[in-house]
Amino acid sequence: MANMISEEIIDYVGILAKLELSQAEKEEAKKDMGRMLDYIDKLNELDTSSTEPMSHIFSMNNVFREDIVTNGDNRDDILKNAPEQKEGAFKVPKTVE
Amino acid sequence: MSILELTALELGRKIKSGEVAVLEAVKASLDQIRKKEPAIHAYVTVDEQRAVKAAETVQKMIDNKMLTGPLAGVPVAVKDNLCTKDLLTTCSSNILYNFVPGYTAEAVSNLEKAGAVILGKTNMDEFAMGSTTETSAFGVTRNPWNPDHVPGGSSGGSCAAVASNECFYALGSDTGGSIRQPSSFCGVTGIKPTYGTVSRYGLIAYGSSLDQVGPIGKNVSDCAAVLEVISSYDKKDSTSVPRKDLDFTSALVNDVKGLRIGIPRDYLGEGLDDEVRQAVLDGAQTLKERGAVVEEFDLSLVEYAIPAYYVIASAEASSNLSRFDGVKYGLRAKEYEGLHQMYKKSRSEGFGPEVKRRIMLGAFVLSSGYYDAYYLKALRTKALIKQAFDKAFAEYDVILGPAAPTTAPRLGESLKDPLKMYLGDIYTISVNLAGLPAMTVPCGTDKRGLPIGLQLIGDCFQEKKIIRAGYTFEQTREGK
Repeated sequence: MANMISEEIIDYVGILAKLELSQAEKEEAKKDMGRMLDYIDKLNELDTSSTEPMSHIFSMNNVFREDIVTNGDNRDDILKNAPEQKEGAFKVPKTVE
Repeated sequence: MSILELTALELGRKIKSGEVAVLEAVKASLDQIRKKEPAIHAYVTVDEQRAVKAAETVQKMIDNKMLTGPLAGVPVAVKDNLCTKDLLTTCSSNILYNFVPGYTAEAVSNLEKAGAVILGKTNMDEFAMGSTTETSAFGVTRNPWNPDHVPGGSSGGSCAAVASNECFYALGSDTGGSIRQPSSFCGVTGIKPTYGTVSRYGLIAYGSSLDQVGPIGKNVSDCAAVLEVISSYDKKDSTSVPRKDLDFTSALVNDVKGLRIGIPRDYLGEGLDDEVRQAVLDGAQTLKERGAVVEEFDLSLVEYAIPAYYVIASAEASSNLSRFDGVKYGLRAKEYEGLHQMYKKSRSEGFGPEVKRRIMLGAFVLSSGYYDAYYLKALRTKALIKQAFDKAFAEYDVILGPAAPTTAPRLGESLKDPLKMYLGDIYTISVNLAGLPAMTVPCGTDKRGLPIGLQLIGDCFQEKKIIRAGYTFEQTREGK
């Protein structure tokens, strides 16, 4: 495998992706990601030095509209899905001391 | 003939004429679901009460002439990544095991306005990440043609439901082939429209620049009629494209005289099963005999589409799936210390292995130090792939090829080697990168009796050309 994924990289990716991995999952992830990157490195065969990155197929223009509320008050509907709620708001663990 | 064997349009006509009641059609579907589900498991959720109630409402509106469209009263199945108000929408993931949306996806809402009756939500690969429907958190779906085989994916539940007459048509979504490949494996017809044609509002995002909603049906006419209904310009989707040519059923013309069809040699090479190759070439011959001009050509860059796709789709997925954090909906871990650990534990418990794999790859290719080498490189490759298609469509009206290199693999074979599974998307994936419309039409079976699909690809906004080619192919074969 050309791409060796280190413990540090997997830990870093875990932080970015907000995932907690067991040691076994980490080992698996290192192997998987290394193999995928080896495969993705195939793209380096292409000379793209004079090609611009293309994010959208069609030319995209920002869509502007007046800042007017069009949907009704559906707070209660939305909160129905919350794992925990309190006084019309999402409840989360305490974050500020 | 049983009601169940009617196409969606045939049923719609019988409902309109009063020969079949909407409730009768819905009950026939629900009976078939009860009979077939233990063996197939195409659905995650079936809501009988809702369907019966909707049948009564729709029947009244048909009787009052408030609903006059061709699909009024026809029962439909909806992929479980499309939000449906007050109806469980899981994306086949544990992280959304209890999510009941407060709103309906635009494509589904367009169908409901046309009088569709929703039977339930269909199984899929978790968050549409997979090619077999085996990554679903709620169990696999089996191929109606042979239960030892997969239905394909990620819209495997929708395709299996259509193939086993557990609905009259279905909605799916296609990010890298997720409508066309399972349509091929299940012997049904499916269309992925041009990017921007069907609103993505309410479609739970995987790869936003690639995702499109599309119809899956028993034939080309049904798919064209459904596509006509679900397509709309929608301000709620910033990538929605205003189009005036959405009368797709006008392209149901049994004639391809003079149509220029190109077959990429790169689609017929190594890795393609011999029986699939033969069935596809026979399909091309059928169209040639009807007057189409058929040639082989070199498309180029085909082998670069898959690596480019996995970089782009994973990058977008890592961003899109960051919203699942145990705060607003879905699963929250039971034990945790503090906010940050709650996020991590909820996501780690809620997502399956394939979703985690792609989120991590996506986070990596977007991280500083690797962004240019991987993400921008993939976007540059995408531009080259688009150019290759532009060149091809200067010569041809339609590109013809297989939808998948093989027929449906056996259950349990694919997930052992994810990279090999990804390679199975080789003929479908570049279409999403270039935003093109494409369709799968059944074109035969292999010697084991498993279906083979023919893929027809059009230039952007040229759905009508592939619909015409697909319709002519289907009519000619039926006549043979």
